[in-house]
Amino acid sequence: MTQVMNDRTPLVQMRNMSVAFGGVHAVDDVTVDLYGGEVVALVGGNGAGKTTLIKTLSGAHPADSGEIYIDGKLASIDNPRDAKEYGIETIYQTLALAENIDAPANMFLGRELKTRWGTLDEAAMEDATRKVMGRLNPKFLNFKTPVNSLSGGQRQSVAIARTVHFNARILIMDEPTAALGPAETAQVAELIKQLKAEGIGIFLISHDIHDVFDLADRISVMLQGQLVGTVNKEDVTMDEVLGMIIIGKLPSEVTETELETLH
Amino acid sequence: MTDTTQDLTTSSTPEGGGDREGRSIFSLLRKAEIDTRLFGMIMALLVLWVGFHIMSGGTFLTPRNLWNLSVQTAAVAIMATGMVLVIVSRNIDLSVGSMLAVVGMGMALLQAEILPDLIGFDHWATWIIALAAGLVMGAVIGGFQGAIVAYVGVPSFIVTLGGLLVWRGVAWAMASGRTIAPMDSTFQLLGGGSRGTIGATWSWIVGIVACVAIIVGLVNRRRQRSKYGFTLRPKWAEVALGAFACLAVLGAVWVINSYPMPERLAMQYAEERGLVWPEEGLIIPLGIAIPVILALAVALAMNFIATRRRFGRYVFAIGGNPEAAELGGIKTRFTIVKTFALMGVLVALAAAVQTARLNAAVSGLGTLTELYVIAAAVIGGTSLAGGIGTIAGAVLGALVMQSLQSGMVLMGVDAPLQDIVVGVVLVIAVAIDTFYRRRAT
Repeated sequence: MTQVMNDRTPLVQMRNMSVAFGGVHAVDDVTVDLYGGEVVALVGGNGAGKTTLIKTLSGAHPADSGEIYIDGKLASIDNPRDAKEYGIETIYQTLALAENIDAPANMFLGRELKTRWGTLDEAAMEDATRKVMGRLNPKFLNFKTPVNSLSGGQRQSVAIARTVHFNARILIMDEPTAALGPAETAQVAELIKQLKAEGIGIFLISHDIHDVFDLADRISVMLQGQLVGTVNKEDVTMDEVLGMIIIGKLPSEVTETELETLH
Repeated sequence: MTDTTQDLTTSSTPEGGGDREGRSIFSLLRKAEIDTRLFGMIMALLVLWVGFHIMSGGTFLTPRNLWNLSVQTAAVAIMATGMVLVIVSRNIDLSVGSMLAVVGMGMALLQAEILPDLIGFDHWATWIIALAAGLVMGAVIGGFQGAIVAYVGVPSFIVTLGGLLVWRGVAWAMASGRTIAPMDSTFQLLGGGSRGTIGATWSWIVGIVACVAIIVGLVNRRRQRSKYGFTLRPKWAEVALGAFACLAVLGAVWVINSYPMPERLAMQYAEERGLVWPEEGLIIPLGIAIPVILALAVALAMNFIATRRRFGRYVFAIGGNPEAAELGGIKTRFTIVKTFALMGVLVALAAAVQTARLNAAVSGLGTLTELYVIAAAVIGGTSLAGGIGTIAGAVLGALVMQSLQSGMVLMGVDAPLQDIVVGVVLVIAVAIDTFYRRRAT
């Protein structure tokens, strides 16, 4: 499988990315890549640098050094607008919704539809939102109320609807199911599989190792800002990945005694 | 659109609190999609007016007092519409009173001392140049403060607190504390003195145009929504709303037109037009004052900007969640600069109204006005936490503030007691608002 993929140009390649906050290397010389129709999970403990790494791709935080290639071409991503130009959509852990405005307004935030007279085309935006929601979450009916009156799952739907509507080619999901119940989590998993089948490349950040094994094709493990390694899901067990997360070594490099301490 | 879908959508809007259905007025209003907060404010204002009318021995609800009230409210209302956006974006502007003085002084110096030397005294272009210069001044000062807030990151409270001191001092320094007068004769019309009105006929035309606009707006909205098959307001509500709004507009014009020119002015007016002055005198209505027209136009324009334009949407999004706005790709910093620049432009308009009304500029112009403007916005339902506020609310808030003051003047309440009442009302109004907001979520 890896062999097949390497023949193609990766959709995204992040080379030697580094981000420092003061003296702390939040991301230290990390290289990862992502192919179309593939889910790459980014895993690691708290403070491993996963979110910071993908923020450089979504334009939310500048990288100190490193290069990002989209379709093999060097890309310059300085802000969220640039990222969206490249078809990169992000679902943040915090959802990044403006609580005081309604679902259509949030879905189109920063990319509002306008009428001929340059005014906001509320009706067209509501219509588009209804269509996307019809696919994602047919039970969603609150198109006119501020999102702060919606449940966690409904808010999540709004954040996801945004990425679906704008035809993301590259999707970043930061803990997409952290705030969801089991039924909604299953729904998100279903959606990920569907988007993947459509050829979208997905970076998935998750704490849930079961989710990761369920959804990901490859797993990149980070520890203290550095990349421990990237493995194919088929080649490893959950324990081995946990070992990478905690010890910070590839399965082949882990010694017996180190494995002992894990159990 | 079938009835079943309509029911579905109405019942699905989460309103919280099961007691809502019991209160029929509120459920009726909600079905008609009327903003209950705005409705409540209008009711409160009417109660206030009737109360003052009774307590002042029948002098409050007279055409004369209401005409004066409309003129006195104009300047604060103009600024309050801008303050709404500033506060919604999680900022504050404490410098508007001092800015008013600086811009007023600038416009006054220009037309009283600088332009007469260049283009002659009372040249027809004087008022245009002075007003345009004032608007630019306002935009630059406001934008400058906004840039410090947005790009340097100094809290707006501090930046504009500094501005409050700085611009007051600058206003004094510009003319070494002198009073600058007189204003250009055309410029004076902006103040709405007895000549600065549009007369009865034009007032009726304005009223009718407003009516037509209301109806066209309602029909347009209905058509737009039915194009996509969304739920519509019930027909009765649509008709009632249109009828009520039109009646209110035309009623207001009627009241304003019932206020005639004072006799001396009417005589002058008759003389200028070669009319014979009859024994019993002439009753010539003044019509709507120009500053009131200006304030209404500003309110409409600001409402349009706040609700129909991207800029307004962005201001609200920033107020709701600055991080989300940034991640959504909004140029948040530039948006903040623009809100402050817009505030400055509105301050300049208000400064024109004030200096024209006084027919002079003094460095003390607009002292404490910032507090009235902020109070008007807040009484009008603008949340200091950001993200919530309406233009219509702010205008009503300005009207409430001015009604309180002029009502107490009519009742002969002492000035210190007036301040006490205004202060108490401000706190109570916000307390009530907070209470209802908490119950609503």
